[in-house]
Amino acid sequence: MPDFDESQIARLLAALPPAPDAWVHAAQQLPAARAALDTLVARAETSVEARESTLRDLEAALEAEGLAPEPAVVAELLARLNGRAG
Amino acid sequence: MLSGAVVSDEQLVARCRQGDEQAWAELVRRFSRYVYAIVAKGYRLSDADAEDVFQEVFARVYTRLDTLRDDAAVRAWIGQLTRHLATDRLRLASNRESATAQLPDRGASDAALEQIEIALDLHDAMRGLPDNCRDILDRFFARDQSYQTIAEDLAIPSGTIASRISRCLTKLRSELEGR
Repeated sequence: MPDFDESQIARLLAALPPAPDAWVHAAQQLPAARAALDTLVARAETSVEARESTLRDLEAALEAEGLAPEPAVVAELLARLNGRAG
Repeated sequence: MLSGAVVSDEQLVARCRQGDEQAWAELVRRFSRYVYAIVAKGYRLSDADAEDVFQEVFARVYTRLDTLRDDAAVRAWIGQLTRHLATDRLRLASNRESATAQLPDRGASDAALEQIEIALDLHDAMRGLPDNCRDILDRFFARDQSYQTIAEDLAIPSGTIASRISRCLTKLRSELEGR
């Protein structure tokens, strides 16, 4: 690496502030969220009624599985139910 | 938490592939600042767009980790993915609000992206420092904490903060010289 003086090092350290904790936490929870989504999709595919019930209120279905109904998660669930994995 | 000082990017990716959730949490922690800096400083996305892209990047990394051909290249892959998704988001915003939204000045953005790459190299070098040095440098420079806040959080006299920072910067320079 180039030979930085201390003011350059200070400026570079400041160039990488931490991401908001909530963002990091949400991304770290992805494996658990995926597993919950898998469970939800599997359950929805057990019958036509279950699938229709899930599709009728995607947000409620996610919340019942302990998932926050963020737009990206709702879109992911819809895609999975329509056979378009994310 | 996994020890960042001993686990390479390559090892971390291998563990993530095996379904190790702790490794995944560490991978997110390790690259979160990088992705955040690209979307927020490089592309200057709004908070909402930056958060969407941030989450989308890690969602894609998680689902497509098996497609990564060289595990050691995970950083470059994540950087490329982030830039790609941020560019898409800017285009979308530009189409949505064509009268007001603009792509950023490419020169300014490229300079910012270049600085972020160097900053991440520097951040990686910090893994070679003692924990107390990493912590105090991060608090002062990256988190912009005052001497008083640092002194209170770490239970050390505020009058010693400046000299501690100076000593840690010297150690970091020594660490960089070995690279």
